[in-house]
Amino acid sequence: MLQIDIEACIGCGVCESTCTFGAIKVDGGVAVVSETCTLCGSCVDVCEVGALSIAREEKATQGNLADWSGVWVYAECRHGRLAPVALELLGAGRKLAEKRGVPLSAVLLGSKIEGMAEELIAYGADKVFVVDDPALASFTDDAYGNALSALAKQHKPEIILAGATAIGRSFIPRVATTLATGLTADCTDLAIRDEDGALLQTRPAFGGNIMATIVCPHTRPQISTVRPLVMKPLVRDAARKGEIMKVNLDPALLKPRVKVLESVVEDLDRVNLSEADIVVAGGRGLENEKGFAMIRELADVLGGAVAASRAAVDSGWIPYPHQVGQTGKTVAPKIYIACGISGAIQHLVGMQSADTIIAINRDPDAPIFDVATYGIVGDVFEIVPMLIAKFKERKSA
Amino acid sequence: MKIIVCVKQVPDAKDVRLDPKTNTLSREGVQAIMNPYDRHALEEAVRLKEQYGGMVTVLSMGPPQAEEMLREAVSCGADEAVLVSDRAFAGADTWATTYTLSMAIKKIDDFDLILCGKQAIDGDTAQVGPGLAERLDIPFVAYVRKINACTGNTIRAERLMDDGYDLVEVELPALFTVVKEINEPRIPSLKGKMKAKKIDITKLTAVDIEADPEQLGLKGSTTQVVKVFSPELKGARAMLAGTPSEQVAQLYAKLSPLL
Ligand SMILES: Cc1cc2nc3c(=O)[nH]c(=O)nc-3n(C[C@H](O)[C@H](O)[C@H](O)COP(=O)(O)OP(=O)(O)OC[C@H]3O[C@@H](n4cnc5c(N)ncnc54)[C@H](O)[C@@H]3O)c2cc1C
Ligand SMILES: Cc1cc2nc3c(=O)[nH]c(=O)nc-3n(C[C@H](O)[C@H](O)[C@H](O)COP(=O)(O)OP(=O)(O)OC[C@H]3O[C@@H](n4cnc5c(N)ncnc54)[C@H](O)[C@@H]3O)c2cc1C
Ligand code: SF4
Ligand code: SF4
Repeated sequence: MLQIDIEACIGCGVCESTCTFGAIKVDGGVAVVSETCTLCGSCVDVCEVGALSIAREEKATQGNLADWSGVWVYAECRHGRLAPVALELLGAGRKLAEKRGVPLSAVLLGSKIEGMAEELIAYGADKVFVVDDPALASFTDDAYGNALSALAKQHKPEIILAGATAIGRSFIPRVATTLATGLTADCTDLAIRDEDGALLQTRPAFGGNIMATIVCPHTRPQISTVRPLVMKPLVRDAARKGEIMKVNLDPALLKPRVKVLESVVEDLDRVNLSEADIVVAGGRGLENEKGFAMIRELADVLGGAVAASRAAVDSGWIPYPHQVGQTGKTVAPKIYIACGISGAIQHLVGMQSADTIIAINRDPDAPIFDVATYGIVGDVFEIVPMLIAKFKERKSA
Repeated sequence: MKIIVCVKQVPDAKDVRLDPKTNTLSREGVQAIMNPYDRHALEEAVRLKEQYGGMVTVLSMGPPQAEEMLREAVSCGADEAVLVSDRAFAGADTWATTYTLSMAIKKIDDFDLILCGKQAIDGDTAQVGPGLAERLDIPFVAYVRKINACTGNTIRAERLMDDGYDLVEVELPALFTVVKEINEPRIPSLKGKMKAKKIDITKLTAVDIEADPEQLGLKGSTTQVVKVFSPELKGARAMLAGTPSEQVAQLYAKLSPLL
């Protein structure tokens, strides 16, 4: 519980303006806390008279935390393809491992995955644990969860990173529960705290409206799922040396309770969108399907992919796989061109890590301009056709 | 078939806005609603009951106000409602939440299927479903978009993946989390509303579920929030100037080297 020392409180209201959850208010000259308090502790630090405290009976620390050492990356692969996020995590994991002065290892689970371990080494892994077993051909929570948990119990890494993908977000919570440790979901930033080497995990919550930094103080490993396309992979270096450890696990561990009868790949469009270098996106400002045809044309001349805001998807101008944002895809292309999109936070979280962002909107106050590298205030029906004409010229030149 | 649906009360996302001046989520007049994904989980449970017979129990961990949401769930077809509520639960992370829910479910005891939403729109972790399945030691399927058939003790379902979908088969008891594509939730019936008014909601405290106090709330949590802040936007905000064709020419000049 958040405790308020009403004798000490001077009713200054600083806590009220700090609390992101609107949970503490000054009422009748003293602070009063409500049920919406999440015990995040932000107000405790800002109260100058020390009137606030959280009765933090801390969780008992499990064993000796120093027994756990090293950074691990779960290298996801599906249908014989290494997920791009695996390489991104090696880039992020490399930095954490260097700061901690420990090795970086990757864990590869699957069937017929020859050659991938070498690839992981080229992208930064010092060591790769490979479990290559027909029982891991399809993804199942049981087999994948048991395999990763068993390896972690044996080798005791201090940090495990996995992609916040359908697969990662499905089975990693199970691994964390088995290991009786904490898990932070969908992180967009990772850092090591100088004082104690703890992993600082930052993630969006409340549909991207707030960011929270989270630690896992009493248990190991510290586990995070990390949003794809946020971290940067290292440059591939085929000369890098690393160790490949083939592991055979007890077959009983790899027996799933869920049978995968069929595995269908269908959303190729969606996959393309997240890997495109250039993305042209349209929103409600395009008014109708015909407006969207213009967006497709611009994307075509630029050799890019088409994306949309939720408003455009909800209006039926373009199917859901093209939606970018909190409830759609995350993209990080070299160039993102937003046409007639207002820039709601739920849209921004899906595209703000693009290198160059162009916004075209007739409203000069549209929030999309806050993330734009270049902004044009104007009518999309005037600007976009002119852009198409310009780039067509260039193409034929 | 006995089905438990886990439902969470959340602030309505439509209304949640971060006030950039005060750095707070303006929750003035923000309504507490049933987590939208949980509505789909409830609808699926009611449809399964209508098809195969059985009973639907809704379960929530939350403050006393969550009772209202549970009544709404009854008006949409749930037969029983259980609210686990105790100040000791405050500040729970997903580890402590799944502990509490699993202890409550052990009290309810009898179930074939547990349905959860894919994720809650406030905490946004999507960790409670899979964590709970592990605590109860039952099979788990995430992102279910369709329940195809249920024969005897075997259920077939489609789960959404990043590049398509998988058709899976599993023996009950099991736990699924569902996505919105699974169904279109119904609106409450008149009969349902009458029932909701009268129903006795089972209320359980930490003592009732025989929980270990060390495992609850902030104290039982493995993760700690150390800081909360508003997202930073990093745009350069270079607004181009001039007539539309001049602006287009400038933009062309900036983009050409990048292509
Ligand atoms: C839980 C939740 C999840 C969500 N998830 C997503 C998500 O994943 N992705 C997403 O995009 N949204 C999402 N949203 C919706 C989001 O809040 C916005 O409603 C949505 O992004 C708005 O889309 P828009 O910018 O196209 O439309 P609007 O906000 O209506 O903006 C249209 C813009 O076009 C401009 N415009 C109009 N006509 C012209 C013209 N002729 N020339 C130039 N400019 C013009 C207007 O000035 C305006 O800025 C979510 C919302 C919630 C509550
Ligand atoms: C800013 C912020 C960040 C957080 N980040 C983390 C984090 O990274 N890791 C972590 O472990 N905890 C985190 N928490 C705590 C977490 O939000 C709570 O533990 C919460 O009780 C459950 O998580 P969720 O809302 O993400 O639910 P989800 O796991 O997203 O919910 C999935 C489904 O589980 C069921 N469910 C969830 N909660 C309940 C409930 N109370 N009663 C009944 N059914 C329920 C519903 O069916 C729901 O659809 C965070 C909290 C805040 C305020
Ligand atoms: S910041 Fe401290 S002194 Fe000021 S109102 Fe809040 S509790 Fe009282
Ligand atoms: S602990 Fe966090 S949520 Fe609670 S009142 Fe303080 S700032 Fe608000």
